[in-house]
This record gives sequence, structure tokens and C-alpha cells, in this order.
Amino acid sequence: MKNTIRQVFHSPKFVVGFCIFMAILLTMLIYPFINPGNPLKMIGLGTFAKPGTYVSLYDSVTTETSIFKLPDADAKRLDKFLSSEDRVSMVNWFTAVGIDISTLDITDTNALLSLWKANYDPALKPKGMTKAQRNYYNRLNDSLNAASTSDTLTVTEVDASSGETVEKAKIGVNDYVNVGNVANVKTLPLGTDNFGRDTLKELVAACGTSIEIGMIAGAVATIIGLLLGLLAGYLGGMVDDLIMFLTNIFTVIPSFVLLILINYSINQDQRGATTVALVIGLTSWVWTARSVRSQVISLRNRDHVNLSRLSGHSLPRIILTDILPYIASYVMMAFILQVSSGILAEAQLSLLGLGPKTTEVPTLGLMMNWAMLYSAHLNGSWWAYFPVIMVIAFISFSLNLMNTGLDQVFNPTLRD
Amino acid sequence: MGFTLPRSRFLILGGKAMKGYRKYFGKKILWFVITFIVALLLNFILPRLMPGDPVAAVTAKQAQGLSEASAVKAIYDNYAREFGTNKPMTEQFVTYMTNLFHGDMGTSFSQYPRKVSDIIGNAIGWTISLQLPAILIGWLLGNLLGALAAYIRKGFDKVLMPLTLFFSSIPAFGMAVILLVVFAINLKVAPISGGYGFDMIPNLSWNFVLSVIQHYQLPFWSIVIISIGGQAVGMRSMSIYELNADYVKYARFLGIKDRKIVGYVFRNAMLPQVTGLALSLGTMVGGALVAEIIFSYPGLGTTMYQGITMADYPLISGTTLIITVMVLIATFVLDIVYGFIDPRVKAAQFD
Repeated sequence: MKNTIRQVFHSPKFVVGFCIFMAILLTMLIYPFINPGNPLKMIGLGTFAKPGTYVSLYDSVTTETSIFKLPDADAKRLDKFLSSEDRVSMVNWFTAVGIDISTLDITDTNALLSLWKANYDPALKPKGMTKAQRNYYNRLNDSLNAASTSDTLTVTEVDASSGETVEKAKIGVNDYVNVGNVANVKTLPLGTDNFGRDTLKELVAACGTSIEIGMIAGAVATIIGLLLGLLAGYLGGMVDDLIMFLTNIFTVIPSFVLLILINYSINQDQRGATTVALVIGLTSWVWTARSVRSQVISLRNRDHVNLSRLSGHSLPRIILTDILPYIASYVMMAFILQVSSGILAEAQLSLLGLGPKTTEVPTLGLMMNWAMLYSAHLNGSWWAYFPVIMVIAFISFSLNLMNTGLDQVFNPTLRD
Repeated sequence: MGFTLPRSRFLILGGKAMKGYRKYFGKKILWFVITFIVALLLNFILPRLMPGDPVAAVTAKQAQGLSEASAVKAIYDNYAREFGTNKPMTEQFVTYMTNLFHGDMGTSFSQYPRKVSDIIGNAIGWTISLQLPAILIGWLLGNLLGALAAYIRKGFDKVLMPLTLFFSSIPAFGMAVILLVVFAINLKVAPISGGYGFDMIPNLSWNFVLSVIQHYQLPFWSIVIISIGGQAVGMRSMSIYELNADYVKYARFLGIKDRKIVGYVFRNAMLPQVTGLALSLGTMVGGALVAEIIFSYPGLGTTMYQGITMADYPLISGTTLIITVMVLIATFVLDIVYGFIDPRVKAAQFD
């Protein structure tokens, strides 16, 4: 046993897969301590906040300020202020009034602004420009003036009793606050999802649920498959015929279809993660049963099994001591594959809208489903779906690697 | 006289071989029929086995917002009649089977009054013409890659195999989303969704065919890329297994050319891959159906998804049945092909 384990850990493929899987498990265990709380809590109003650090505007007004005179501050502010559409429309205005812009670089904010200040005249009515467009340029001009002239912003508060506005704070153009001093700063490495939940926190929790679903499904499938395989292989005869009859039929009928039919029949509010996992397990034992049976058949007439039988050992004892140890590696490999396909099955079911109910736990499939329902892939919110796909890929990649590694250890003909 | 003996022997052998094949195919056909019946039974029984009244559930979904009890009752009665749930189970089964026999799978709820068979008839062509070539090409490319990896080994194997394994670990829908975002949204070289331009009516003009081909690319490649990985990994291990076999060593010892040996090895390694394809077909089709949804491809996957979101029970039941039958037929065909290409099947029938 010890020797086998040592051998397994000498296989580079197994070790790499094992490390990836353990890293995922560790993150799952540790992350909730770093960022505690309910992963399904909707912290943001609105959908799909971008990843990044959010600083409370309210708190930063009252936070102690330091003054910095940074040389490129104005330019940066204007850069951010002028969107690329604004720049293009400014250039459109120049061409409409016939100003030579052949030397102008549209990304050079200062040049663009000085040209604008020198030439813009709200009274001008370029040919072919509608009133709405002229109004747009007026507004743009106003906001440009406001952005480049005012040195201080005044924050006011409405006094509740008198209704007067009272000056609360003045914010100078050179005032800075230290992020560490602001009372409320929230870093969302993966932004928020369509419900305004912290995507990373949800992802970690979903990863846990999905692995749990995979484990339950894998365990159920392996136990059923192992039992049926042992019975069919060891007893033979009628039992074997019957079990093989079932197995052959369920090999061909796609388990995907069975899953849909069964899950659709279970009402949405009764479909917890465990139920879905059980259903997945119940429909995917066929492979294990097949391979266990063929292994047992080749073991059944070995000398040590015959000897055991002659000594009058009971059936459970023969199976436990003379057969199981020989097929344990195959069962382990089958289990690993079942876990991986269980996670995938849950994801696919959830995408079809037949996954676990949505209010209790997050799963990888449900996250994917919501991201797709809210068109995250069409509106550029990559953080809502891409990490989910990658997590699924990495989990099944690590499990597949472990499986290949084990395969090479136990089948010497496959070794490199 | 000298010629008669071998000729008659050949005839006898030919007759025997034919008989052997007939036995093999007869067995396969029998299995096909039995599995088909079980599939029908499951499609009928599974939804009815579940606790609770499915008609009540459907009515509840349909009658949301209706406060008048008599209206709800009318809806309930209508569905009960449509499904025949007010009759005993055996009678229901007989009606179900007779209707199916006439190609009648009921009327869709969500696209009333369209027949389910009509909706499925429109979708099935899209799914078959998408999945059949994609799975076959993915299988062929994967086998080629796996065989190359086994033959060349070294760097090619070391870099390529983990990469292929990783790609095969991405779920089909994930690959679909990634391809969609990269090629349709960022690079804008492919359309975002559908089977043809939304402003078109299916006809046989050049424009329409071109549009269909453009819309075909992303779903097609997402299935191909996924299936390449799994097949390559399997083919690689099979080929390594065969390359280490005794007959290869013996053939090398005899001085047979490497190229010829490789031909034998890969032919032998292919055989389990054909069985593997037959066994994993259901899973592959399932994954590809979900990928269809991402592209809103007008095939069975999207149809089924619509059925599920609209609580359109007859449509779901119809699509699952058709998908099962498609997989059954494909597996059957693969079994027949296997019978022809594996010499051992022929040999086994002589015993």
C-alpha cells in the first residue's frame, strides 16, 4: 500500500494534477476566512460592476487630505474626461467649419483642447448640422470649460430644518486622500455579477458546491457500479445476464437525456444541490459497472480466489479480501473520472435551467447560467463567465491528469 | 477438376462468412430494437413516476395571474385531456404509442398551435448537419494527433499532450462562449447568433447559403476543438500500448519497414477508438447540444432549451426522444462499421 502510494507520487502527471486540485481545495478552504460572509449577499445595486477597487466617495470627502502638485495631473484628468467619442465629434466639428486638422493628433489632449478653445464659437452654424447636434457641441464646450477652469468643488448639504444648503467641504484640485485612511474601501478582484454579488466570493463558494456535487455523484455512481460489477462478474449466470442487459441499454441511452427528463420532473423548489448530485450519480454508474465486471471476471478463477473459496470463506469475505484490493486502483480511477463528469453534468444542466434551485447555494453551472441569461458575454463582462469556465476547466484538467498518471502507474504498458 | 476444389471452398467460406455477419448484425439489430423500446418506455414513464401531478404543475405555470377558479379548472381539464392523464396508465401508454406511430408527438404549449413533430422536423436538420461532421472531423483529427504524439514522442508529446488535455477539459459550452467572444464580438469576423442572418428567409440563394456557412463556423469549431482533445489522449495511449506489443517487436526483428509496422499499429489502435466513439457519443452529443444554446443555433439543443424555459412539456418530451433515437441510430451504425473493419468479429462468428 505504502509502496503503491510512493509509486503514484512519482508520476509527474499525477503530481501536477494533484497539486492543481489541492490548490483549488485550499483556496476554497482559506478564502472564506479572508473574506467572510454570505456569498449570495447582493452587495451592489446594478449589474456587473467592473473588477477593481472601489473607494467610498462619501467617506473620502471627510477624510483628511494631503496636497500634492503633480505635474501631469491636469493632463490625466482631461484624458479621462474626454472620451474617444467626444474627440471624434470635436474633429467632426473642425471639419464641418473647415479648419485644417491635417497636423492634429487626436490622442494629444492639449493640442486638441487649445485648437478647440481658439476656434469654437457657439454662434456658428455649420452647414448640414442639426440643432440637436449644435446643442450637443454647446454642452460639450460647457463641460470642457467647467473641467479646465474650476479649481475647487464645493460639497453642500441640505439642512433638514431650514432647507438651506450649507457648505460641507471644499475639494481642491490638488487634494488627495490616502486610500488607507478612507473608512470604506472595497476591492472586488472579479467585480460583481448580474445580481450585484461579489463574483470572486461567489466563485469560491460555487467551486466548493460543485466539487461537492461531483463527489456525491461520483460516490453514488461508483458504489452502484462497483456493486453491480462485482455481482455480475463474480456470480455470473443469470445475475450477470440481467445486469449486463441493463448496463448495455443504459450505455446507449444518453445519460444526458435521462438527466433532463428526471430533473424536469422534480419540481424546481425540491431540486437542491444534493438531489441533483444524486440524480447525476444514479445515471452515470454504467462505465464503472462495465470495467469492474471485466476486471472481476479475469480475477474470478485466479488461484488465490479458488483457494479462498475452497477454504469455505463467505462471499463478502472473498470479495473484500481477495477481489477488492486488486480492482481498487481501477475503482479509484473510475471515481476520479466520475467526479469530473459530475461537475460538468451539473454545469450543463444548470445552463439548461434544470440545475439546483438558485436561492440556496451558488454552483459553477448556476453562475454560468445567470451570466448567460444577463448576456455577460455580449456586454463585455468577462469576469462573470470567464473565471467560471476556467475553474471548471482546471478542476477537470487536474482530475484528468491524476487519472492519466494513475493509469500509467497501474498499466505499465502505457508508461513513457 | 483442379479448380473446383478451391472454388467450392471459397463459396462455402463465403457463405459461412455471410452467415457469421448475419448473426452479428442480427444480434445488433435485436439490441437496437430492445434499447429503442426501453428508451420509449423511459421517456413515457420517468416524468409520470415523479411525485406530484405534472398537469397541475403545468397548469400552475400557465395560469399565473389568473384568479378565476373556473378558468384554471378549464386549463387543467384541457391539459388533462391533451395528456390523457385522467385515464389509467396502460391506456395512456397505448395512446402514446399509437400517436408516436403516426408521428404525432402532441401540440406545443409555447408555440401553439404548432405540432411538436413540425418544430422538431425544422430543428433536426440543423443539429445533424452541425454535429455529425463536427464530431467525425474532431474524432479524425484527434486520432491523427494522438497517433503522431505516440509516434514522435519527445517534445511534441510533452508540450502538446498536456495542452490537448487542457483543451478537452474545457466544457463545450465554455469553448463556445470563448470562441463567440473572441471571434464574433472582439474580432467581428463571425456572426453572433442564429443559424442564418436574422433578416433572411430560408431559400436556396447564394446569399442565404453564404450566411449559413458563416453562422456555421463558430458552433462547428467549438465542437471540433473539444472532441479533438479527448480522442487524441485516448489514441495516444492506445498507440503506445500497441507500439509496445510483441508483434511489433517481432516485426522489427524480421526487418519489416517502419512505415508498414506503423500502419498495422495504428489500424489496431483505431479499433478501440471506434468503440470509444460509440460509447461516448451520448456525452458528446449532450455537450454539443448545450453549446448550441450559446449560439442560439436553430437546432434541437436550442429547441429543448426553449421547451424547458417555457415549461413546454410536449416539446421537451419530443426532443429528448428524438435525441435518444439519433444517438441509438448512430451507435448502431458504428457497431455495423465495427463489424466490417474488425477481423476478430468475423473470426468470432466461426466458433
